[in-house]
Amino acid sequence: MAYDKFNILTSSAVPLPIENVDTDQIIPARFLKATERVGFGDNLFRDWRYNSDESPKKDFVLNDSTYSGKILVGGKNFGSGSSREHAAWAVYDYGFRAVVSSFFADIFKGNCLNIGVLPVQVSPEFADSIFKAIAEDPSTQLEINLPNQTITLLTTGQQESFAINGYKKNNMINGFDDIDYLQNMKEDIKEFANTRPF
Amino acid sequence: MSTTLFDKVWDAHVVRKIEDGPDVFFIDRHFIHEVTSPVAFLGLKARNVTVLYPERTFASADHNTPTINQHLPVVDPLSANQLQALEDNAATYGISHWGLGHHKNGIVHVVGPENGITLPGATIVCGDSHTSTHGAFGAIAFGIGTSEVEMVLATQCIMQPKPKKMRINVNGTLSKGVGPKDVALYIISQLTTSGGTGYFVEYAGNVFEEMSMEGRMTVCNLSIEMGARGGMIAPDQKTFDFLEGRLYAPKGEAWTKAVAYWKTLKTDADAIFDAELNIDATDIEPMITYGTNPGMGIGISKNIPNANRVEGGAETYKKSLAYMGFQEDDVMIGKPIDYVFLGSCTNGRIEDFRAFAEIVKGRKKADNVTAWLVPGSHVVEAQIKEEGLLDILTEAGFVLRQPGCSACLAMNDDKVPAGKYAVSTSNRNFEGRQGPGSRTLLASPIMAAAAAVTGVLTDPRKLM
Repeated sequence: MAYDKFNILTSSAVPLPIENVDTDQIIPARFLKATERVGFGDNLFRDWRYNSDESPKKDFVLNDSTYSGKILVGGKNFGSGSSREHAAWAVYDYGFRAVVSSFFADIFKGNCLNIGVLPVQVSPEFADSIFKAIAEDPSTQLEINLPNQTITLLTTGQQESFAINGYKKNNMINGFDDIDYLQNMKEDIKEFANTRPF
Repeated sequence: MSTTLFDKVWDAHVVRKIEDGPDVFFIDRHFIHEVTSPVAFLGLKARNVTVLYPERTFASADHNTPTINQHLPVVDPLSANQLQALEDNAATYGISHWGLGHHKNGIVHVVGPENGITLPGATIVCGDSHTSTHGAFGAIAFGIGTSEVEMVLATQCIMQPKPKKMRINVNGTLSKGVGPKDVALYIISQLTTSGGTGYFVEYAGNVFEEMSMEGRMTVCNLSIEMGARGGMIAPDQKTFDFLEGRLYAPKGEAWTKAVAYWKTLKTDADAIFDAELNIDATDIEPMITYGTNPGMGIGISKNIPNANRVEGGAETYKKSLAYMGFQEDDVMIGKPIDYVFLGSCTNGRIEDFRAFAEIVKGRKKADNVTAWLVPGSHVVEAQIKEEGLLDILTEAGFVLRQPGCSACLAMNDDKVPAGKYAVSTSNRNFEGRQGPGSRTLLASPIMAAAAAVTGVLTDPRKLM
C-alpha cells in the first residue's frame, strides 16, 4: 500500500532526551486491542503523557506547547523491546514524519521504514547539538533531506549525513512499499518454494 | 569458504539479493496471534490478494486471553473482538487455528516447538519479538512488524538485510541454583539492552550443549532483550530427540533425510564472527533485575550499582531507580514483594514448573504474595497434572491458571497494581509492562518460588 512520499522535511522538533525508550512506553500493550489502524496517536507515550485520572502530566514534553513539529528527537537506543508496529503507527498518527536518535532498536527502525516514518541515525555529538539548540530555542528548525541523506540544524548550518540503503530510500521518496515489489516477483517465489524441504 | 550456522540457514533462504538493499528472504513457518495480525489481513483485503501458502501459517490466540474460566465468553469486548478476528481470518484463508479452549492452544512460542512446527534449518517469523525462542532448534527465527506479517501472508517472503554475526560462548560449570534464565540475564547485563543490536547471535559452549531444549528456548527467547534480532543454537541429538514423533515433524523416510541435513547445520571450525563474547560459567550467580530494562540485572547477593558505575546516562538510570522505588547501593535480598508470576514464552514450560515445584514443595505460599502460575500451553498444563506437580503446588497454597501470555504484558486482567512489586519469570521489566505503575523484577522460576514462599526477595540457594 503506498504511503506518504518523503523528500525534504523542514520542521521544528520535539526533544525527548531519554535513553532506552522502549515500545511499551511509546504505546502500552493495553492499547493494542484495535483491529484497525486508527487512533494510535492519542495513546502515544500514554503513561508518560497522562496521569491515571487521564489529566495531562504537565512536565511531559508532548503536553508543553513550547515544543512542536514533525520531528521527534529521542535518546540513545530508541524503540527497544517489542515488535509491535503499533509503536510506529502511534508516532506517525501523532504527526511525526521522522525520528532522530543516535541509536535505534532494529525492529522499530524497520517498522518505521515500512510505514513511511524516516528514522535518522546521527552521531551522539550531533544528537547533543540538536538537544542543546532546541533547549536554547524551541523553534529551532531542522532540515532532513532524504535525496541527499543529510540532516541540518538550520540555525547554525551544522550538518551530518545519515545512512539508508538505496532500495529503502527509493521506496520512501516514491511512497512504494515492499509488498508491491514482492507481488511482482511471485513466480520466482513459487519456484523457490518448490525447492524447500519443509 | 568457512561459514557459520547462521550463514548456512540464511543463505539457503535468499530468493533474490537486491543491490544496495535487503535480501528477499523466504519464510518456512509463520505464526500469527490476535494482536499483530488483524491489520495485516485488512491490508490483504484492501489489495485484493489472498494468502499464498496458508499451510505455512499457524494461528494461536495468546496475548489477550483470560487465564481463568476460558470456557466462558471473553468479557472485554475489545479482546473478544480481536480473538474473533483471528478466528474469522484463519477460516477465510484456510489457516490452522488453535483458538481459546482448543486442546492445542497456548503461547505461539510454546506450541510451535511442542507440535514440531519449529524445525532446525527453518526460517520462522511472527509478529512478536520473542519469536527468537525457536532459535533453540537451530532455526533462524525473529519478530516482525505487521507490515511484514502482511508480506508473509501475501508472498511468503520479507525484505531483510542480513544482520552481522555474534557468537556468545559460555563455558565451564554452572553453580548451584544457576539456570538458563540466569545465564541469559547475566549475558544481557554484560552486553546491555542494546549491545546486540544489528547482530544475530549464536550461543556456543558446553553450557548450552548440556542445556535441555526448554533451557535453550529460554536463552534464545531473551536474545531480543540485548537488542539482537535473534539467537540460535546448533541442533544436536537432544534437538532431534525432542522433535521426533511430534505432530508436524517429518515422518519416516522424510525424518531420516531431515536429520541427515540437520546434522550439517553447525559453524565451521575457522568461521569468523563480527563479534565474539566469552563468558566463564562460574561467574554467574542467580540473577535478579532492579531497574526498568532487562540489562539492569545483578547477582542476588549484590547491591544495586551506583549511577557513576553504569554505562550510559546517569539521569536515565536515576529515573529508572526512582520508578522502582530503589536507591543506589540497596541490598536486594530481603526486599518485600507483592506478586509472583510464573509463566510466559520465556519460562512457561514444563521444566519451569518442575523447578518452581521443587522449591515450594513442603512449604507454603507467603500470605502477602499474590501468585499467578500460568502454563504456556494446554499441553504443559496437562503435563503438570500428569507429573503430580499440581498436587505439590496446591498443597503449598498455589492455584494453577489456564494458558496464555497473561501478566507478561498484562493485556488481559492479570495486571499488577501501581506501585506493587512483582517477581516475574517473564522477559521485560519496562515501566508499566505488567500494568500501569507496576514494578517488575525479572528472575528465574526458582528465584520466583523462593520469593513466593518467603514473601521477600530470597537467595533460592538457601532453600535448596
